[in-house]
Amino acid sequence: MFQDTAAAATTALNNNALLGAGIGMGLAIIGAGIGIGRIGGQAVEAIARQPEASADIRGAMILTAALIEGATLAALVFALLFKLL
Amino acid sequence: MMLQEKPDIGEMIMHHTSDAHEIAFESPFGGALFTIHLPQWEPIHIGKLVLDLSPTKHVVFMLLAAFLVWLTMYLTGRSLQKQREAGEAPHGLASMFESMVLFVRNDVAVANIGHGGEKFAPYIMTLFFFILYMNLLGLMPWGATATGNLAVTGGLALTAGLTIEISGMRALGPAGYIRTIVFAPPGTTGITKWLLTAIMIPVEVIGKLVKPFALCLRLFANMTAGHFVILSLLGLIFLFGTGPALIRWGVAGGSVFFVLFMMALELLVAFLQAYIFSLLTSVFIGLMQHEH
Repeated sequence: MFQDTAAAATTALNNNALLGAGIGMGLAIIGAGIGIGRIGGQAVEAIARQPEASADIRGAMILTAALIEGATLAALVFALLFKLL
Repeated sequence: MMLQEKPDIGEMIMHHTSDAHEIAFESPFGGALFTIHLPQWEPIHIGKLVLDLSPTKHVVFMLLAAFLVWLTMYLTGRSLQKQREAGEAPHGLASMFESMVLFVRNDVAVANIGHGGEKFAPYIMTLFFFILYMNLLGLMPWGATATGNLAVTGGLALTAGLTIEISGMRALGPAGYIRTIVFAPPGTTGITKWLLTAIMIPVEVIGKLVKPFALCLRLFANMTAGHFVILSLLGLIFLFGTGPALIRWGVAGGSVFFVLFMMALELLVAFLQAYIFSLLTSVFIGLMQHEH
């Protein structure tokens, strides 16, 4: 009886960890989507306004997107750790 | 062919992306054509530290990437020299790599480090080509992505972090370097100034540590995530392998199409991540050089 409860508790804990990891991954992706979407949108707008500055704008766009991506991927890696542990 | 047991996709993905002590050349029709077993050496004990220095799959592919970087640069340099002596314009291999080298030197290193960026150009170019080759080797059949290993990206990020800090120390001098950590925000006086300085010290130190950490994690996660997506899509075929024929064929066709798309995207990501790693390293070096 006691062992059954303990096993069930462990399974529930694992499932909860997986659920948490999934929700965390989703939230991180929502944030990154908003951030990178805004960067892309604004960059395209800026290039449309000033096509001659497109090289500088593209460089700044990739740099900022990479910074956002770094934070997101950190979140994803930590979420993945829950799956592996 | 019906599958006897439920396929373990997670295990398959881990097997393909993680490091191993052997390089298996698997046949597309199942089984391995041949397997290279890498030697396993006795771990070295340094005090309490146990170091296993035996070569693994990722080490082999990293050394291969290093050799390929040397080979391309050697051949390019030789053909460029020949063409220069003959008085011709660069063509062929020399022309191809000249454009890439010039891009990395002018648009990545010098443009972001600012004046004095030329002396960092060899380091930035080495980073770019080394990471590029490691990424591309992972897309080859039977290849392994050395950059999909935290130890490899961590080592690269360590050299980047040391370069950033030491070049900053040399450019700013001891007092100038201390000022990048202990820094009074302008426009503050009295108690506010001291309080803000005390608050900013840990923030600045964390900022210094986060830069290489983010570089390391970004490269690792990007390369691993791409392979995860490709392998999960291929795994879908086996998950639906017991369904009716229409679903089986539909899922297989869709998976292969998406895998083709992801592979093309991975090719772009391989270049993009090499570019971003070298770009961010030069931006951080530039930030430290011109901190005033």
